[in-house]
Amino acid sequence: MMLELFLLLASALFAIGVYGALSQQTVVMVMMGLELMVNGVIVAAAAFWYFLAPAAPDGQVLVLVVIAAMTVDMAMGFAVVTLLFRARDADMTDMAAELKR
Amino acid sequence: MQIALFCVLAVVAVVSGAAVFVVDSMARATYALALSFVAVGASLLLLDLAYLGVVTILMMVMEMAIMAVFMIMFMMNPAGLMPMSMLHNRRGAPAISGGIFLALGALVLLVPWPERRGTVPADPTRAVGEAIMGSKMLVMIGVSAVLFTTIVAALVLATSRGRYGDDEPAGYGHGESHGPHNGHGGGHDAHAGHGGHGGHGTHAAPPAAEGSGT
Amino acid sequence: MTVTGAPMWAVVPAAAVLLVMALAAAVLDAVFDTAAAGGGGTAVHGRRWSRPLVEVARLMRQRGRTTVEPDRLLWRIGTAGPLVAALLMAAVVPVGGTVVADLPVGIVWFNAVDVTLWAAVWLAGWGPNSVYPLIGGYRFVAQALGYELPLMFALTAPAVAAGSLSVGEVVRAQQGLWFAVWMPVAFVVFLGAVAALGVWGPFSSPVGRDAAGGVLAEAAGVDRLLLLTGRYALLAAGSGMAVALFLGGGAGPWLPGWAWSLLKTLAVLAALVALRRRLPVLRPERIVRLGWLVALPAVLLQLLVVSAVVVAKG
Repeated sequence: MMLELFLLLASALFAIGVYGALSQQTVVMVMMGLELMVNGVIVAAAAFWYFLAPAAPDGQVLVLVVIAAMTVDMAMGFAVVTLLFRARDADMTDMAAELKR
Repeated sequence: MQIALFCVLAVVAVVSGAAVFVVDSMARATYALALSFVAVGASLLLLDLAYLGVVTILMMVMEMAIMAVFMIMFMMNPAGLMPMSMLHNRRGAPAISGGIFLALGALVLLVPWPERRGTVPADPTRAVGEAIMGSKMLVMIGVSAVLFTTIVAALVLATSRGRYGDDEPAGYGHGESHGPHNGHGGGHDAHAGHGGHGGHGTHAAPPAAEGSGT
Repeated sequence: MTVTGAPMWAVVPAAAVLLVMALAAAVLDAVFDTAAAGGGGTAVHGRRWSRPLVEVARLMRQRGRTTVEPDRLLWRIGTAGPLVAALLMAAVVPVGGTVVADLPVGIVWFNAVDVTLWAAVWLAGWGPNSVYPLIGGYRFVAQALGYELPLMFALTAPAVAAGSLSVGEVVRAQQGLWFAVWMPVAFVVFLGAVAALGVWGPFSSPVGRDAAGGVLAEAAGVDRLLLLTGRYALLAAGSGMAVALFLGGGAGPWLPGWAWSLLKTLAVLAALVALRRRLPVLRPERIVRLGWLVALPAVLLQLLVVSAVVVAKG
C-alpha cells in the first residue's frame, strides 16, 4: 500500500511541475516547474528501490543520477537565461520565439 | 505511525510545490520549492535512505538559495509587491497537467506491482557507495563527464565577454538582432515598463562567471 | 572511545550547553574587546565580561523594528534560522561518549544544515525590505560560494580516514592519533569554514560596518538577540564538530570524556574569538578567489594524501 502512496505523491509533484512548465511565461519559473518534475522522479525512484528491489542498488544510483541531472538543468538553464537576457533583454519564453527558427 | 508521518510530509511537499506557482513574491516561490524538496528528502528518510535523503536536502536548499538570486535578478516584480499575472496557456496547462496526474494515478493504482525481491541491506549508504565504485561505475563516469561539460558550457554561455574572450567587442554577435530584422519588436515594446524595476540593472555577471576571469 | 545515542530528553541539556557555550563566546569576545573599553562613553557600563549579559537584558526590553512592506514570514524564518541551524548541528556532535542523535550519516547532516544557512542569512537580509540587510544577505551567499566546497572536502577527509560518515565512528577512529595531526590542512580549512558559518572575523562583511551592520542593520530587540545568539551558537557548534572530527572528541587523560569534549570545544572557540581582531575583513569576491584558488586545491591534495594513507594501511 505504501508504494502506491509514494507513487501518488510522485505523480502529484510531477503534474504540478508540468503545470508550471507549461503555464509560466518567465524562463526561471519554467525551470522551477522542471525542478518539481524531477522532484517527483526522485520520490518515484526511491519508492521503487525500497518497495520492489531493495537488494539491488539501481534505484539509489538512479536517484543520484537524477540529482546530477537537476544540477545540470539548473546550470545550463541559468546560463541560457543570462545569455538571452544580455542579448535580447528577454526573460520570457514568448520573447525568445526566434530560437524556434 | 510511518503512514501518518508520510502523509504529513506528502501534504507539505505538494502544498508547497503548488505554492510555487501561486505566491507573488519570487523569494517566497523559491523557498516554497525548497520546502517541497526538504519534505521529499525527509520522506526518503522513511525509506531507510539516510544518505540520499540528507543529500537531497543539501543539494536542493543550496540550489534554491542560488535560484533565488537568479529569480530576483531576472523577474519583474521580484518581491511581489505589485501583483501581476505572468501566465500563458491558461486553459491548456491545467488540463494537460490534470490529465497527466489522472493518468499516472490510474497507472499507480491499476498496475499489479510485483512482489518485493530481496531485503534492504544493513547499510544502504554502503550499498550505493560500493555500487558506484563497482558495478555502476560507468554511470558515474558518464555523469562526471556531463558535469564537466556543463561547467564549461555554462561559463561560455554566461560570461559577459562571450565565447571569444577579450577579442570580441562586447555585444558583437548579439547586435545583429537588434538591427534590421526586428521581428520580435512587438513583444519588446509590450514590455516597455520592463526596465523600470530594480533587478535588471544589476545583472552584470552570474557569480559562477566571476571566478573565470584571467 | 565509543559513542552511543542518548535518550530523547538529552535534547534539553544539549541545547542548554550550546547556549552556555554561545554566552561564553560572547563573554570572551567582550573581554578581548580592548578597543571599546577606553572611549565607550555612557554606552559602556560595568566590567567588560558582564557586557553580554547587559546587552541581552537591553535587547530583551527593546522594541522590535518594523520597516515598510517587510516580508514578515521570511524575515522570521531568517531571524530564527541561524540559531535553529546551530541546534541541529549540535545534535550530531558527541560530548564525551554520548550524542543526541547518533545518525549513520552525521557528517552529511552537518553539511546539509550548514547549507541551510545560505537560505537563512539571505532571508534575514531579504525580509526587512531594506537596502543594507539585502546587501548583507547577498554578500553572505557570495562568500558561501567560496567557502562551501572547501568545507565539503574538509569534512570528507575525516570520513574517508574513518571509513564512515558517522561522527561517532570518526571519533573512535582517532584512538592513538588525532586527525588534526596528520590532516592539518583539512583542519585549518574546517576552522575557517566554521568562522564563515558564524559570519566571523575575515568573513564578517555580511554584517560589516561599511553596510551599516548588513544583515543586522534592521534587526532590533529580540530579533537582534536571536541573530547574535545564533552567530555565537554556530561558532560553538562548529567548534564542537571540529573537536569531534579532528581533535579526538572526548579522548584525554584523568578527566571524564564529556569534560574533555567541552574543554577542547572551549579552547577552539577561544582561538576563533581571539583571532577575530587579528585578521582583516575580506570582501566576498576575495573569499571566493581564496576559496577556489587556494583552499580548494590544498584540501583536495590533503584528501589525496588521506586516501593514499587509507589505501596503504589496507
